[in-house]
Amino acid sequence: MKFAIQVNEGPYQHQATDSAYQFTKAALEGGHEVMRVFFYHDGVNNGTKLTTPPQDDRNIVNRWSELAKKYDLDMVVCVAAAQRRGIVDEGEMQRNGKDAENIADNFRISGLGQLVEAGIQSERLVVFGD
Amino acid sequence: MSTLHTVNKSPFEKSSMDSCLAYAKQGSAVLMYEDGIYGAIKGTAIADKIAAASGVSFYVLGPDLKARGVAEDKVVDGIEIVDYPKFVALAAENDKVQAWV
Repeated sequence: MKFAIQVNEGPYQHQATDSAYQFTKAALEGGHEVMRVFFYHDGVNNGTKLTTPPQDDRNIVNRWSELAKKYDLDMVVCVAAAQRRGIVDEGEMQRNGKDAENIADNFRISGLGQLVEAGIQSERLVVFGD
Repeated sequence: MSTLHTVNKSPFEKSSMDSCLAYAKQGSAVLMYEDGIYGAIKGTAIADKIAAASGVSFYVLGPDLKARGVAEDKVVDGIEIVDYPKFVALAAENDKVQAWV
């Protein structure tokens, strides 16, 4: 089964991102395909590498990055939501005249078309959020 | 066309579970997770509505029950307690997934 996942909430604020991670991990371990995880609204905050939680807490950002690395997962951050919230990659840094970038490993910034495409190309779109 | 409905809010906080029950057709499935698990507890007004929904299968996510200290014997009879792999299986078995937030 080909899944696509949408995450609408930020880390450490709402359980949605934890639920989405556990679902995605279970799907991949179960032999399913997850063709894309799309981070929308406050969900883009899952993609900042500046996150530094206490050592005895889960590192939600690194956990996504590691899952993506292991399964070659396509993790897309919505560009408009990212610009509002200060999630920046090399391209956005130059385009918007910023002096830093903070996108975490294996995340990429792209447009809402990626969500539409995921909805069309996947067999199930599963939404996690508030 | 069967649908997996997911509910992640307590029915005592928001009306999403009520909306879900109004839309869930025969042959569909409802999964309660996150704060939605409070809808699976025995002896509430929601439990009566679940009992009245004929032809709909109900599920509750075990890890979210445990995270909230709700013992499995508090869950309404007939609601199946599931793990994440079964959540994935439910999403695959049904034709689509509708999130009620």
